[in-house]
Amino acid sequence: MSIGVKVVERPIQQTSYVRATLTGMAHTLKHMLNPEKVTTQYPEQKESISKRWRGTHRMLTTEDGKAKCVGCGLCPTVCPANCIKLVPGEDEKGNRYPLVFEIDEFRCIFCGYCQEVCPEEAIHVGRHYENAEFSREGFVYDLERLMAQTHPVSELWDPMDPKGE
Amino acid sequence: MTPLVALLQIIGPTTAPGLGFWFLMTIIKLIVIFTVYMLGAALLTLAERKISAWMQDRHGPNRVGKGWLQPIADGVKNFVKEETYPDAANLPLFILAPVISFIPALITWAVIPFAAPWGSRWGLVEMVLAPLPVGFLFILAISSLGVYGIVLAGWSSNNKYALLGSIRSSAQMVSYEIAMGMSTIPVLLLAGNVSLSQIVNQQAFETWNVINLTVAFFIFLVAAFAETNRLPFDLPEAESELITGYHTEYSAMKFSLFFIAEYCNMITASALMATLFFGGWDVPFTLWDNLAPHTGLKTLVTLGFFAAKTLFFLFLFMWIRWTLPRFRYDQLMSLGWKFMLPLALAYIVAIASLIVVLQYLGFAQGSWPFHLGLAMFNIVAVIVLFMILDRGRIISPAYSRLNQRDIAELRAVAGARHAAPLLPETGD
Repeated sequence: MSIGVKVVERPIQQTSYVRATLTGMAHTLKHMLNPEKVTTQYPEQKESISKRWRGTHRMLTTEDGKAKCVGCGLCPTVCPANCIKLVPGEDEKGNRYPLVFEIDEFRCIFCGYCQEVCPEEAIHVGRHYENAEFSREGFVYDLERLMAQTHPVSELWDPMDPKGE
Repeated sequence: MTPLVALLQIIGPTTAPGLGFWFLMTIIKLIVIFTVYMLGAALLTLAERKISAWMQDRHGPNRVGKGWLQPIADGVKNFVKEETYPDAANLPLFILAPVISFIPALITWAVIPFAAPWGSRWGLVEMVLAPLPVGFLFILAISSLGVYGIVLAGWSSNNKYALLGSIRSSAQMVSYEIAMGMSTIPVLLLAGNVSLSQIVNQQAFETWNVINLTVAFFIFLVAAFAETNRLPFDLPEAESELITGYHTEYSAMKFSLFFIAEYCNMITASALMATLFFGGWDVPFTLWDNLAPHTGLKTLVTLGFFAAKTLFFLFLFMWIRWTLPRFRYDQLMSLGWKFMLPLALAYIVAIASLIVVLQYLGFAQGSWPFHLGLAMFNIVAVIVLFMILDRGRIISPAYSRLNQRDIAELRAVAGARHAAPLLPETGD
């Protein structure tokens, strides 16, 4: 056994401080004069997001303005974060509808299972990310709010077209 | 009596202004310099952020008034922020420290000539606040005071990182101050005077010192980076190691004062480099600006040239900051003591000998063979220095200093230690 002192003989091009410094300075100067910038000027200019982006939820409605949801209870069952609160109701014709439908967006992990499991294609995760609120309570979205959202909804992953082209 | 007369002649204008006018002009110069200096420091923070952004392909601050009002926004923020005082701090020193670090940078400007004198109707106005005959020594004396602010800040904060930062800074500034002082001796040898106005004049009538004394300029440049605590010598701050070093515990305007002091030091160092090595306010290739009559136009033009030179060095400061990584502490010390200082001393001896030899050969200073000789020697010195530096092993190593024989010995020792049982066997 010996201590592994490794002495590397490097060529002068690699050990020179002067050349390395000058190359570095030329490099930074070149970038300084380069008019192309990489910054996205955010509020004015937005990055495009994926079609499969999973953001805050949206409840789709029928033509007469009612929620498509039939209160089957599949989404609160499948939800791994347990963030959906659903109380189903039934009208005199026997149509089921949600009496209470709340999603706590703070608890939500945006897995998108609710959208996948929904038989009526009612609840969707959305392509949206600007969600700032002034209070924690604001992040519990009730049915009215979910129906009022207008942003585009996320597309499900298609096994026939895995890259979404 | 003769030396005194000589001193008076240096500062003595051809037509002396009356005392009242002189006083008035001094007050005006004082206000103007202070304003320009403070505004310059503020704009430099913006310039620094802009330039760093451009070098990293970003835009930089562009929100408050398209970016131009950013310094004002920063200033307002710093004024309205809470001042925090650590419980364990030594309060009087804690408050005094930013002031002490800020003032010397400001005072230095008093002796730097920034334009050609203006021959007004009421007398000749020197474009320097205080034309001290010992200007250069004054600068060396004052600039070494700056370290007290940093050391006191680190000590009075009662914070281990702050203290480490201030210890580093004191070691660094003391080390490089010597090299800095020594590197300017050749300039003084050529000028034969320590008055900055005389140094500028000598360069104007002969050649800029950077042509004759490039090695000295190089040493001065590196030492100036170390003195102003700028990258690659910003060990006192060293965000990644010491949080922010000596001003870790400072907040609001007291922190801001340290920040302003850094930029003030940069301006001063840049102006000094321009004055000592790039002819100060001198317009190159012409003597038009140096000879009487001293008109207002000449003053303005030379002021422009001085500003341009200073701004160039300020840009150089930023350019290097955003290019080079920080030195390791032992590298910093060995560069200062083992390389810069001996080089500076050797260079003094070389230049002094050369001047004596050239004068012995009958070439008076100011004649072209004298300067040709200096320039030729300078070219040789720069090439040799470049060859030595280019070996890349001067600053203690990215390269192991151990030679093969030592390594063999070490291996033998280590081998023996491993062969022997480490501890005597003890029965259970």
